[in-house]
Amino acid sequence: MFTELGHFALILAFTVSIVQAIIPLIGAHKGWHGWMAVAEPAATAQFMLLFYSFIALTYAFVTSDFSLQLVVANSHTDKPLLYKFAGVWGNHEGSMLLWVLILALFGACAAWFGGNLPDRLRARVLAVQSSISVAFLAFILFTSNPFLRIEQPPFNGQDLNPLLQDVGLAFHPPLLYLGYVGLSMSFSFAVAALLEGRVDAAWARWVRPWTLAAWVFLTAGIALGSWWAYYELGWGGFWFWDPVENASFMPWLFAAALLHSAVVVEKRESLKSWTILLAILAFGFSLIGTFLVRSGVITSVHAFANDPERGVFILIILGVFMGGALTLFAARSHVMQAKGAFAMVSRESALVLNNVLLAVSSLVVFVGTIWPLVSELATGRTLSVGPPFFNVAFTPFMVLLGAVLPIGAMLPWKRAKLGRVARGLIPYFVVSVALAGLVWSLQTGRSLLGPIGLFLGSWLVFGAFADLWLRSGRYGIADRLKRMTRLPRSDWGKALAHGGLGITIFGVAGLTAWEHEDIRIAAIGETFTVGQYEITLDQVSEEPGPNYRSLIAQMTVMRGSRVESVLYPEKRIYPVQAMPTTEAAIDNGFLRDVYVVIGDVQENGGYAVRVYIKPLANWIWAGSIIMAIGGGISLTDRRYRVAAGARKPVTNATAAE
Amino acid sequence: MKNIILALMLFATPIWAVEPDELLADPALEARAQDLDEEIRCVQCVSETIASSNADWAKDARIMVRSLLIEGQSDEEVLEFFAERYGDVALMRPRRAGVNLLLWYAGPIMLLFGAFGAWFYVRRRSQEIQPEALSTDEEKRLKSLLDD
Repeated sequence: MFTELGHFALILAFTVSIVQAIIPLIGAHKGWHGWMAVAEPAATAQFMLLFYSFIALTYAFVTSDFSLQLVVANSHTDKPLLYKFAGVWGNHEGSMLLWVLILALFGACAAWFGGNLPDRLRARVLAVQSSISVAFLAFILFTSNPFLRIEQPPFNGQDLNPLLQDVGLAFHPPLLYLGYVGLSMSFSFAVAALLEGRVDAAWARWVRPWTLAAWVFLTAGIALGSWWAYYELGWGGFWFWDPVENASFMPWLFAAALLHSAVVVEKRESLKSWTILLAILAFGFSLIGTFLVRSGVITSVHAFANDPERGVFILIILGVFMGGALTLFAARSHVMQAKGAFAMVSRESALVLNNVLLAVSSLVVFVGTIWPLVSELATGRTLSVGPPFFNVAFTPFMVLLGAVLPIGAMLPWKRAKLGRVARGLIPYFVVSVALAGLVWSLQTGRSLLGPIGLFLGSWLVFGAFADLWLRSGRYGIADRLKRMTRLPRSDWGKALAHGGLGITIFGVAGLTAWEHEDIRIAAIGETFTVGQYEITLDQVSEEPGPNYRSLIAQMTVMRGSRVESVLYPEKRIYPVQAMPTTEAAIDNGFLRDVYVVIGDVQENGGYAVRVYIKPLANWIWAGSIIMAIGGGISLTDRRYRVAAGARKPVTNATAAE
Repeated sequence: MKNIILALMLFATPIWAVEPDELLADPALEARAQDLDEEIRCVQCVSETIASSNADWAKDARIMVRSLLIEGQSDEEVLEFFAERYGDVALMRPRRAGVNLLLWYAGPIMLLFGAFGAWFYVRRRSQEIQPEALSTDEEKRLKSLLDD
């Protein structure tokens, strides 16, 4: 009964979304206030209905209601409770429901907190947002309905894919979707602005926090996914350039570009049409990601089991929304009059450079991701585009970006003197080069990767510090520190995000360049040396788990005569899906991780054992989290708390810088 | 030797299911082999290299790489061996030839276009600013801000 009501609520939400997509739009066009006012209650109703529907599906999973096809295919009574909850979105249909729920949540937020937006703009934004709901609710109801029943329910289900049975599943997809889908807000604002024919600082002040929030979630979601892969897949890889990872990375790069160009619109009323285009493209790439994951045209470890019918449906959605928005853009973008002029050397120009680098690097990832498809269509031959390509083609853009970022971030608006900014940064540059040189001379005959990573990392971190420090006056350290704490939060957010990027870059470069691995057969009681560590395989035992059997090893990691840690790597067999998984054991450290994996028992009685020393591994995720925190702090900046949507003259906004 | 291993690859016997045994005694050769592992795709898996895949096929492919290296073949020859038998799908790094040149040069070409576009845009914006200088009012405000 409860489940059936959930199904009903889903259908009702579909009809509400149709109303919300049409009525306010007509109202805004004709200037009928009553029609425009439909948008807010409709947005709330849509969200409530979908929320109820989602709860109903969750209830079915938690109570193991095997009359639902989806629950049979993805659950089991023995599955731990956490995964009964998280398992709701561990499959195609359920994750789509989460997708539209978040879409409706963003729409509802715009309705709840958009009180100070102009009526007409708000009505249009909510209508556009709801038209996306219409498309995806139709997709769910007609091709991927989670509420389909089975006539004769079985006694038990087929269990969830064991690789997914991890805490990561509880957080990674929701965060990622908050990011992906959050970009729909920027899209709706962009399309609404095109319909209005006007973009001003107030518009940007609205779009920017939504984009920033989406970007923060996307950053956290991608970082979490990468960390999950790192400890779950059993060999400590953190990024594979898999099509689905790329699908989340492309919107992230575009969102980052959009964040920066929206600043220019907000503070200088320039780059307007470009910002609109970026907002459309950022969400477009979210949709492309959805298409890649769910259509099956591109093989990926992440892809849901899929059929071409769904792929075609999403392709049509993608075509309609991108085609429509871009046509509208072509027809209307000339109306956007840019106001602020700026010199060749200025913050604006630096941000244009930022946008070029981010957008092009994202397009490189895009071309690489779809190239197998293009090649097959063009020449009939299949081929692969893997990590070796992306590492070569993508990395230079990030190196370039990192190299110019600290200078660009400190250039004054409108007109700047490069020499003045550069002079202030010289000491930080010299220290960064010196650090890299030191490492270069210490390591023997290896690649330049490590030193370059260290240079970029420290240059970005010191540059971010300098950005705050050099604006703190010149009256002694105590006074400068005090002044630093009084800088606007958006400045702190910016510095943290840029510094975090540096830390991540250094982590990636360090891990890739200096990783050390050891693979061997070890007998029980045997001690062997890996790098500076002595590792002993103490014992191996078999233990039962809730829905798996486990082979657990105990391994002691010693350095000199000191015990660094005792680790318990596992190898699990999930009988229902007849699938083994490796659970690596990791001794997390500030400078390195010791990562151990236990393998199969050998014929002569030993065990296959892998040990990896992974330098700076945690820096990758620490940097990403710092980036996300920086974004979060920037979101709490005074101008969003106090002045969101208010029309202040531009001069005031620049003076606040 | 090659034929025997090829036959074994087809039948994936458990004799080879010993991962640490795959390793070559010569560290230099093993390092080359591991670099090659990153370049070859496990054609029976979904977008994984033979270095990271646990599949039997990947395991056999790793052994094949090593036996070819022991025979004294160059890195290119090893990659060619896999490309011949399984098609270009087996290569994680697409060849720099034919249509693929477009893929390889997509980045630089797009950067060039982007840079040109940005250059013209910024130049147009900066020409508008040329005659304009800070007004006396602005100078005063600037001064008061700087003194703050």
